[in-house]
Amino acid sequence: MTTEAPAPEAPQTPPAKKKDEKEESLFSLFLHNLWSANTVTVTILSIFLALVIGAVLIVISDSDVLSMYSYFTSRPSDALSASWDLVGHAYADLFKGAVFDPAAVQALFNGSGDWKTALNPLSETLTYAAPLVFTGLSVAIAFRGGLFNIGGQGQAVVGTILAGVAGFAIGLPAGLHLIVALAAGLIGGALWGFVPGLLKARTGAHEVITTIMLNYVATLFLGWLILQKGVQDPNRTDAISKTVDSTALLPALPAPLRVHLGIVLAVLVTAAVAWMINRSSFGFELRAVGVNPPAAKTAGMSVGRTYTLLMVVAGGLAGLGGAVQVLGTADRLTGQVAGNIGFDGLLVALLGRNKPWGTLFAAILYGGLRAGGNLMQVDVGVSLELVTVLQALIVIFIAAPALVKAIFQLRAARSARLGASVAKGW
Amino acid sequence: MAGRRFQFLVRTPQRSRSQEIPLRLELRGITKRFGDLVANDRIDITVEPGEVHALLGENGAGKSTLMNQLYGLLQPDEGEILVDGEKKVFRSPRDAISAGIGMVHQHFMLVPVFTVAENIALGAEEVRGGPLGWLDRRRNKRDVLETSKRYGLPVDPDALIENLPVGAQQRVEIVKALTRDVDLLILDEPTAVLTPQETDELLAVMRSLAETGKSIVFITHKLREVKAIADKITVIRRGRTVGTASPDTSEEELAELMVGRDVSLEVTKTPSDPGREVLKVSGLIVEDDRGVRAVDGVDLVVRSGEVLGIAGVQGNGQTELVEAIMGLRPSRAGTVELEEKNLAGRTTKQVLGAGVGYVPEDRSLDGVIKDFTVAENLVLDLYDRAPFGNRVSLNPKAIADSARERVERFDIRTSSPQSTVGTLSGGNQQKVVVAREMSRPLKLLIASQPTRGVDVGSIEFIHNQIIHERDIGTAVLVVSSELDEVVGLADRIAVMYRGRILAVVSPDMPREEIGLLMAGITSPAQEAEESE
Repeated sequence: MTTEAPAPEAPQTPPAKKKDEKEESLFSLFLHNLWSANTVTVTILSIFLALVIGAVLIVISDSDVLSMYSYFTSRPSDALSASWDLVGHAYADLFKGAVFDPAAVQALFNGSGDWKTALNPLSETLTYAAPLVFTGLSVAIAFRGGLFNIGGQGQAVVGTILAGVAGFAIGLPAGLHLIVALAAGLIGGALWGFVPGLLKARTGAHEVITTIMLNYVATLFLGWLILQKGVQDPNRTDAISKTVDSTALLPALPAPLRVHLGIVLAVLVTAAVAWMINRSSFGFELRAVGVNPPAAKTAGMSVGRTYTLLMVVAGGLAGLGGAVQVLGTADRLTGQVAGNIGFDGLLVALLGRNKPWGTLFAAILYGGLRAGGNLMQVDVGVSLELVTVLQALIVIFIAAPALVKAIFQLRAARSARLGASVAKGW
Repeated sequence: MAGRRFQFLVRTPQRSRSQEIPLRLELRGITKRFGDLVANDRIDITVEPGEVHALLGENGAGKSTLMNQLYGLLQPDEGEILVDGEKKVFRSPRDAISAGIGMVHQHFMLVPVFTVAENIALGAEEVRGGPLGWLDRRRNKRDVLETSKRYGLPVDPDALIENLPVGAQQRVEIVKALTRDVDLLILDEPTAVLTPQETDELLAVMRSLAETGKSIVFITHKLREVKAIADKITVIRRGRTVGTASPDTSEEELAELMVGRDVSLEVTKTPSDPGREVLKVSGLIVEDDRGVRAVDGVDLVVRSGEVLGIAGVQGNGQTELVEAIMGLRPSRAGTVELEEKNLAGRTTKQVLGAGVGYVPEDRSLDGVIKDFTVAENLVLDLYDRAPFGNRVSLNPKAIADSARERVERFDIRTSSPQSTVGTLSGGNQQKVVVAREMSRPLKLLIASQPTRGVDVGSIEFIHNQIIHERDIGTAVLVVSSELDEVVGLADRIAVMYRGRILAVVSPDMPREEIGLLMAGITSPAQEAEESE
């Protein structure tokens, strides 16, 4: 649109179609939905596009292959086959590192291999994925309620702190200790979410600002805490805490496999969040508040209460993610114990379209990219940063669905634009 | 967007045509599709020079789409636009303006914090010293005054838009169009926001513009105005021209053309049988969002089994009054009692729970959640109570069953109760609101602008529902800026002006006198009635 919007005449949608019209267009309706509304298509195409661009980057970053392009006109086959080999190798490693290595599986069948080696890639993927599921869900549920929770990182950090401290400071029997430590992480995150939620509800303070600030508070507090007596490992001089008691650790498969009970917990929590959003009264409120706060208020819902409660839930989820990280993977607190799980949670939620199960799969995809990236770096020498670039590209394409649709000539691109103009009113 | 416009529109578009020659417009076979929906289907219209041509149709009939194509905001899929017999293609409003066509939008395109002169100059600023030069404010002001004098449209070039009443803002829009030297003026629903007196003034202005040779296309769905002003009437229904008529055609015939069947314009109802006092508001003072006193000491009583109508031009405190009763807005002073129980300090949920039904004035903002399904919207207020659910979880089956039943009972035209409300027409969206609010036992029903943006067929249905609610003994408060609606529904009419109830009158009072009250003019005769 290059001009002002047309005067909307009380936004009006097409008059209800007659019954006979509806029957015959059912199939075309189905096709239409497949291409326009079905964002799964866009997601898959985005991943594909990211891999294509990633391939170009792999070639460019390899000086040997790149040099073959200097005589491309005389012998194009050199450059092309070298590129093909390189990219094929790199992506094969990505797959082998993330899902399974055919060689290891074959060795297992021959009796020469060992099941741990065969399962290791999947174990790695799920290990990386577990905390991301929680932080992703945290962002996703907040988003459904109209809040942009940038504070997943801070909430996860507080979750690691409380879970970690509970893990080594109190002595409890196995099982109970784990539950207490997980609950501590959950409560810590919930508290860290409650503050911006309350500020939003009472004063209108924007949650983006407050949660970002609380991220700093949490991270810096962690940095200070792990140098304090009683927390710092007495045998170390660097910033590292005592080790979490084995009674508080999430049960894991035997070493060297790292995957632990956290991923099972993640699936259960995903189901719980899905129920909460779609089937619970609170979910109804948060969805209503998320898309139309004035209508929710008019129907008698308390918008402020919903915001506060929602941030408590979102914070609790992120805190649980932090707890899973420290009780499952890290087993002690360091300055970087939470890594980047809070911010990656933002991307995971975006990739999962803010749907609980979508977020779960997106987290597993991210975990897979990370696990496969490790092998890719060791084996072909493609930097691990390429994985970050791939993740970023996927997100960029998903954030610009019109671009993806235009590239693949989906008919939805056109009707989506028309839809926008219809919505403006006629 | 604004930046680009500034770049491109530093000069007033030049036109070779002399403005003394009136413009003849012809639309031939205009067709516009949005996906599968045909918004305009081979529409032919001819507007003769100096003619006031009324375009009559229900909301959603395709009037605005047609005019947006004429004004270059949309491009037709088929058909052609001829100006003085010459084929034209309008890619943007600039093309339309340079061909001599101007438009006054239904929702004013004015910057509230700019002065009248600045608003009129906006997009066609007089600039000295090249494209990056400075604005020639003096010349702008002179142009404004000149145009305003030439067409007898008084405006104060230095007044801020936000301080002007709606009628004056509209005059600014008209002057703005006229300074662009247009010969054909499109007025999109210009009377929707005006008092009856302001409407009369506007009609006079349109008449005098037509006499100077300007053609006017007047979009409306109000039959009375069409009959008062139009030289020719084109009726559009579902994107098609269904007929042209002369102003002599009766209102009933025009209405029938518009909706394709007989419609009773009058609300049929029996005399009311008022009972006990249900709602009692005394000395209520409420502030609007800016902290200005919007409701200034209102007293009113609504009895069971009667409809109290609040008439008044929009923005005289009706919105704030209703919001204060509903607990959506705090009140400064005064009391609101429902059956002698004070509602002060109650949350909206408690007010609704006490037996108050509420049809909010802004349907798309407050009434429905467009992304929610019809079924979900039908339980927006009762989702956490049996049978639809409890504090913890919802009962999807009960919600779906109830939705099916209510879609049937309230004649909501939707492909399924699981369709999102955004896909429904305005009238059917409103029926969803009405169905939600009227399917539980009520003591008081508050309906604000219950039929705004609703097609004639649905209006009839909604009015009947409101009267039905009255007949079973509910106290009903109807707020509407459509005088016809208030007169038709109400048993008593309270006229609201600048936050006060000026008078409570009978619906049999002559319309003109109510109109005067709406404009804040009280006469001794009315005061007599008020004290009665």
